[in-house]
Amino acid sequence: MPTEKFDAIVVGAGPSGNACAYTLASRGLKVLQIERGEYAGSKNVQGAIMYANMLEKIIPDFRDDAPLERHIIEQRMWYMDDTSYTGMHYRSDDFNEERPNRYTIIRAQFDKWFSRKVREAGALVILETTVTDLCFSGGKVIGVKTDRAGGTVLADVVVMAEGVNGLLGSRAGLREAPKPETVALAVKEMHFLPAEVIEARFNVKGDEGVVIEAAGTITKGMAGTAFIYTNKESISLGIGCLVSEFAKTGMTPYGLLEAFKRHPAVAPLIAGSEVKEYAAHLIPEGGYKAVPQLFGDGWLIVGDAGQFVNAVHREGSNLAMTTGRLAAETIFQIKSRREPMTAENLSLYQKMIESSFIMKDLKKYKRLPNFLHSAGEHLFGTYPQLISKAAQTYLRVDGKDKKSKERDIVRSFVKTRGVLGLASDAWKLARSWR
Amino acid sequence: MAMQELGSTRVEEKLYQNRYLVDAGRPHISITPHDVPSAVLLSLTKLCPAGCYSTNAKGQVEVIPDGCLECGTCRVLGEPSGEINWGYPRGGYGVLFKFG
Repeated sequence: MPTEKFDAIVVGAGPSGNACAYTLASRGLKVLQIERGEYAGSKNVQGAIMYANMLEKIIPDFRDDAPLERHIIEQRMWYMDDTSYTGMHYRSDDFNEERPNRYTIIRAQFDKWFSRKVREAGALVILETTVTDLCFSGGKVIGVKTDRAGGTVLADVVVMAEGVNGLLGSRAGLREAPKPETVALAVKEMHFLPAEVIEARFNVKGDEGVVIEAAGTITKGMAGTAFIYTNKESISLGIGCLVSEFAKTGMTPYGLLEAFKRHPAVAPLIAGSEVKEYAAHLIPEGGYKAVPQLFGDGWLIVGDAGQFVNAVHREGSNLAMTTGRLAAETIFQIKSRREPMTAENLSLYQKMIESSFIMKDLKKYKRLPNFLHSAGEHLFGTYPQLISKAAQTYLRVDGKDKKSKERDIVRSFVKTRGVLGLASDAWKLARSWR
Repeated sequence: MAMQELGSTRVEEKLYQNRYLVDAGRPHISITPHDVPSAVLLSLTKLCPAGCYSTNAKGQVEVIPDGCLECGTCRVLGEPSGEINWGYPRGGYGVLFKFG
């Protein structure tokens, strides 16, 4: 390991670590980035959708050479029971713009590209090296220990971009380890198909893409969601539920995945595909209340390690990139003033995050995790079935008059959930959305 | 039982698609020795997305993390009670996602 002292050490080479290391290095700071994988991205898993705006703020011309799959022109939200989905779709040709806002990406390729940019910006990137501990001196973080010979490296500040399951921060007592109620376990497969087959099945052409977000009985009453994203020549398909829910029901994640793939609305989309990878990953779902202390003497936390995921809007890597960039800007400002990396100085990072969209969005949904815990079995069991039945009652033409049909639908809801139950669910949902 | 076997066969087939560099003889997850497994340990035989956990003839829960996807689910559930000892594989080892 290098023996010289660095301005900053960044642990991890995902979107938050890369955003941070890139921003620091391009402003002339001496940066060491350490990644345990064989290459950046080899330990990382995401759906994945990449939001362009947050990357533009870091690498404005990223479209020139970043490995992007398809820009998204259509969003489908499916509320599913065992044989149906009730959906809301939005598709617009306006999304065929010069600088599209959302792309599907393949993380191993994207992270590798981002890591190359980090190196080109002047950071020293060390791969295949696991950071094992933080080094402290008088309560201040002064560097890291690794599993390499001569493994200790010193820096003015250490940025923990170690991901949702990072060990450093929690082992050192700087943040809590994730809890079963605040993380979801998601499993995912990569299904390969020729581009023209994907385009025909999803009704798109060229680089256009579709994303499907799904919820309902597919998670067997557990709080969770599933997704289907179109890449150029593959489809990313996955499903996830809170770890606490899996633990309660004893269902296998791969059993859930297989059942989702067999759903009559899903099976035709992936028919004949070749599966080339099966992955699993945790997703922070605790929201606003689960965000830990983000700074201290000589350290900062960015990305998934800070629980920065907006579960409602399926946003995560954009929060990761933004927190990485803001951490770098904080460090740069302190460095420019030739001041030390004390907790007081680094608290600027917290202020930046609070005045950005990140904390505003997380705060907006701060009640949602509790709502999902309390109403989960209805949201992911009772309601999709009721809605499907209502749609069928309404759509079937069978000689029954429409007024009676409407009365039957209302009765089925009241009978199953009760007037108070319905009112309580509606109230809680509205509140958790504010 | 037949369903369970079917399930575990299927997950092995899934893992077969993946790329790993196994650190032979240095498993990064271990279980604290026990006579009777706790509910948490037993739940991991179902929950582990890579099917790394199983029960042996004595009813104890064992882990073989060769196919581990390094998600951390077992750490989240089993570390607080001290039943699961979870570390990262040495740098470069473990699962190597081609797509992620």
